[in-house]
Amino acid sequence: MDTTVTDRTNDPATARPAGVPATATIRTAEDPPAKTTHDRPTFRSKLGSAFAMFRNGKSIAGLSILGFFVLVAIFADVLAPYSPTAVDHTARFQPPSAEHWLGTTHIGEDVLSQVIHGTRGVIVVGFLAAIIATLIAIVVGVMSGYLRGWRSESLSALTNVFLVIPGLPLIIIVASMFEDPPLAVVAAVLGLIGWAWGARVLRAQTMSLRNRDFIQAARANGEPLRRIITVEMLPNLMALIAASFVGTVTAAILALTTLSYIGVIPVTTYNWGTILNWAGAQGAFRQNQWWWYLPPGLCIAAIGVALSLINFGIDEYVNPRLRSAGERARAMKKKGLNVNDTVTAVRPATRTEENP
Amino acid sequence: MTLLEFDAVTKVYAVRGAGHITALDDVSFTLRSGQTIGLVGQSGSGKSTIAKILTQLETPTSGEVRLDGRAIPRRGAGLRAYRQQLRMVFQDPFASLNPYHSIRYHLQRPLRLDRIVPKSEEDAEVRRLLERVRLDPGVVIDRRPHELSGGQRQRVAIARALASRPKLLVADEPVSMLDVSIRLGVLNLLADLQREEGLGVLYITHDLATARHFSDEILVLNQGRVVERGPADDVILNPQHPYTQELRAASPDPDAHFASASGIDGGAL
Repeated sequence: MDTTVTDRTNDPATARPAGVPATATIRTAEDPPAKTTHDRPTFRSKLGSAFAMFRNGKSIAGLSILGFFVLVAIFADVLAPYSPTAVDHTARFQPPSAEHWLGTTHIGEDVLSQVIHGTRGVIVVGFLAAIIATLIAIVVGVMSGYLRGWRSESLSALTNVFLVIPGLPLIIIVASMFEDPPLAVVAAVLGLIGWAWGARVLRAQTMSLRNRDFIQAARANGEPLRRIITVEMLPNLMALIAASFVGTVTAAILALTTLSYIGVIPVTTYNWGTILNWAGAQGAFRQNQWWWYLPPGLCIAAIGVALSLINFGIDEYVNPRLRSAGERARAMKKKGLNVNDTVTAVRPATRTEENP
Repeated sequence: MTLLEFDAVTKVYAVRGAGHITALDDVSFTLRSGQTIGLVGQSGSGKSTIAKILTQLETPTSGEVRLDGRAIPRRGAGLRAYRQQLRMVFQDPFASLNPYHSIRYHLQRPLRLDRIVPKSEEDAEVRRLLERVRLDPGVVIDRRPHELSGGQRQRVAIARALASRPKLLVADEPVSMLDVSIRLGVLNLLADLQREEGLGVLYITHDLATARHFSDEILVLNQGRVVERGPADDVILNPQHPYTQELRAASPDPDAHFASASGIDGGAL
């Protein structure tokens, strides 16, 4: 019997001093350096974790489409076969052909070149407006969430005022003050009217964060206010900030194309809305000249889909339950269960003899 | 030597539409360095208000709190020195560490803010702190809080509290969020550190058993008043105040349960 029991107390490898709980890690000077599975965070790994929210299928798909449009915007001059305003009276209302891949307009302009050059305005205005709006939203939202008393209330009131400012009339007025409003002005106005919603969301999240223990602990450590906000809080707000940024890009792009389509911002530089405006004015919809209005419309839809995909990806990152929801649904379907059943399916009860 | 002194501290909260709530009513006690005082009482008895006053989230309506004979400074260098001497271990180790930062960062910050060691020795000091709380620095130092278990996180929180080399540790229910099986380990760790460093500890809890196990003295709070105070065993085993008796009767007694279950002393409680 004794032979089957190993006396562990004499085994130098497992012996531990009396009174030390078994969970404790004993380290002596002779210990070989422990293998670190986690290397010291480098700039690269930090950058990687900051962008972790974009590391999923939906976000990557969205970012690829968006990246494609950004590249088109940057290299528009190289990519476009013609100048977007080059008039060719010999080729009017032409359907797609080898010379004009997407056909021509009423005065023989190349639609493809217009769409390519139009990308630039859309991307510039979308991103510029979103950068302006996000910066204002972060400053106002985080400050009003962190501060207390009248300062918080007045910033919140300011946010509410901007929430209800009717954006389209404002931009029509501003646009009418310029003969030919530069894209930067359009972007600035769109940014100025578009920050309030992001600020509202960030304020709510900051208010919840400021009472978390780790913020209290940082304050008890004597961290200065600017570090508490920038180092302790902002990283935890990154997903919301990214989502609000992407949302504002979408809103700004839709606003720009809408305003261009209805013709209130007469930008000489083309964007997709301007093309649709001309197409509509020249009766392309009635005459079924699909090559004129379909490409810009599809581009607007594609960039909207891309931005939504990025937002879905961020959503899944923030709320992991969404991530597994799809997998769960697939697994259920495999088993032949209906995902939309409100309750778990119960097998019909097998009759058993009841005891008296 | 008296480390902490509560001198007739009263805290009244004004509640909108409901008048006033007296959270602390003329509370006085002293804590010597190297001593552990257990602060027990049910929810709403004023335990957390004491912690909030100590961490400066609240100021007393009247009365004075003194650390080392000096009233709590409001700002400036005095406040920094006060914060360095008094550190807090929070209840929930899942909330008290910033999910975004590594363990190294959490321990480095207090070292740098209070200039405990020169920058070149920070890394060694962080490792030493982790070893003090019986964690393997090589394994945990570059991890994020979510990669650690609750007990490990609470050990990190304790290491962070110790980093600035305080004289007084305020532990607000430090084990109530932990798994029962690791509570004793964390409490024993706290007791060891307290003995080795001569720390004063204010142990806030509603768990009479751990309060008795861990504290030298116990202070029983009820509705903002200190109703009983004395050596831990005395207060728990021989409660004088009716409220303490009630508290004791309300906490489960494993012996009594065992006795009644085995039928030796059925029903007598």
